[in-house]
Amino acid sequence: MTELSKQDALVQYTAQIADNGLIIGHRMSEWCFRAPAIEMEMALMNCALDMIGQARELYSYAAKTQGEGKTEDDFAYLRDERDFRNALLTEIPNGDWGDTIVRLFFMSAYNELFFKALATSTDAELAAIGTKSLKEVTYHLRFSSEWLIRLGDGTEESHTRVQKSIDDLWIFTGELFTMTDAENMLLTDGISVDVTTLKTPWDQKISEVLTRATLTVPTNDWAQLGSKSEGLHTEHFGYIITEMQYLQRRYPGCEW
Amino acid sequence: MVKKVTSTSKNFDPAVVWAILEEVKDPEIPVLSIVDLGIARDVQESNDGLLEIIISPTYSGCPAMYMLEEQIKETLVNHGYPDPIVTTKLSPAWTTDWMTDAGKQKLEAYGIAPPEKTTSNKSVLFGGQKKISCPKCKSNNSEQISEFGSTACKALYRCLDCLEPFDYFKCI
Repeated sequence: MTELSKQDALVQYTAQIADNGLIIGHRMSEWCFRAPAIEMEMALMNCALDMIGQARELYSYAAKTQGEGKTEDDFAYLRDERDFRNALLTEIPNGDWGDTIVRLFFMSAYNELFFKALATSTDAELAAIGTKSLKEVTYHLRFSSEWLIRLGDGTEESHTRVQKSIDDLWIFTGELFTMTDAENMLLTDGISVDVTTLKTPWDQKISEVLTRATLTVPTNDWAQLGSKSEGLHTEHFGYIITEMQYLQRRYPGCEW
Repeated sequence: MVKKVTSTSKNFDPAVVWAILEEVKDPEIPVLSIVDLGIARDVQESNDGLLEIIISPTYSGCPAMYMLEEQIKETLVNHGYPDPIVTTKLSPAWTTDWMTDAGKQKLEAYGIAPPEKTTSNKSVLFGGQKKISCPKCKSNNSEQISEFGSTACKALYRCLDCLEPFDYFKCI
């Protein structure tokens, strides 16, 4: 195995954070024209826009760090499935409204802690992106928390269904708190976030909101891993990039 | 007469450049200039002796940023400044606190409730929602319909007295 250089590690790390934003942002944008009410649709599109915007800043920085003359578009449109290192949670299909809200809640609760920590990175660019993203994530977390409470403490039907969403998606949350080689390498310089330390505060936040929503926190500790460390995705991922990358693959270099 | 920037010295007047930047309006809120919004952060001379404008994006995904960049360049070129540079800076992160008082007044006159004074008071979760004053009838008796409005920077409200729905420019 070849030794990972600091530069490669920074590129991988930055792109991996961006992958989370791009993929969940893409998933949320699939709700366009399908949300239960226009206000909810606009809310999801707003969140999606923030996430894709954050991804663009990060990809641009990864491209600059790499120094091979590539752009954000090369990262989004011309990498293959195994190169994407988003958390599996972000690529799970939207399901029903409850599934989408639970996924957004799990991710926003994570992102709030993550970006807060990234804001103190010794890498000035990552710190700037962390500070900016944190402001946006605060809104995502509040929106998804309020919906979770509405669904959990709503009707018998909404309660049962959203509890199932939580139980179904739970196995994908553990991956968020695992460290890659790049993350470990950058940790010594204070560039990366030690995500293992985020698990306890994340659990607290989840428990706080779920309790309020009269929902039960799953006790199953088993976690499905694969994407973050190795780019091994669920069977759903190929369809996402097939749609996302179609134009650039079919018409290379095509511009708007 | 507008002075031209040459590569030899800093011979542009920042005050004149700032006045020109007032002409560049936000495409989503055409009553506000990039100066009112606090998007234009600095006017300086680049290392190559060119006029450089520093801007700060409002939201990460704001689709107006690219257009604003082009408009800034075009406006400056039209005023006789060749090859102006527009540089985006993320840090410090843009905040609604940078919006000028004149900007807030224009916003309200346009029918959008301006952001509250400061972003330091963060009732993050299950937020003690603030009462926003209706830009039409000035009543404080309003309710939030959705925290996400027609653009990333706005929330949807409704006045419970005059019943008018309105946008509120969110604090960030």
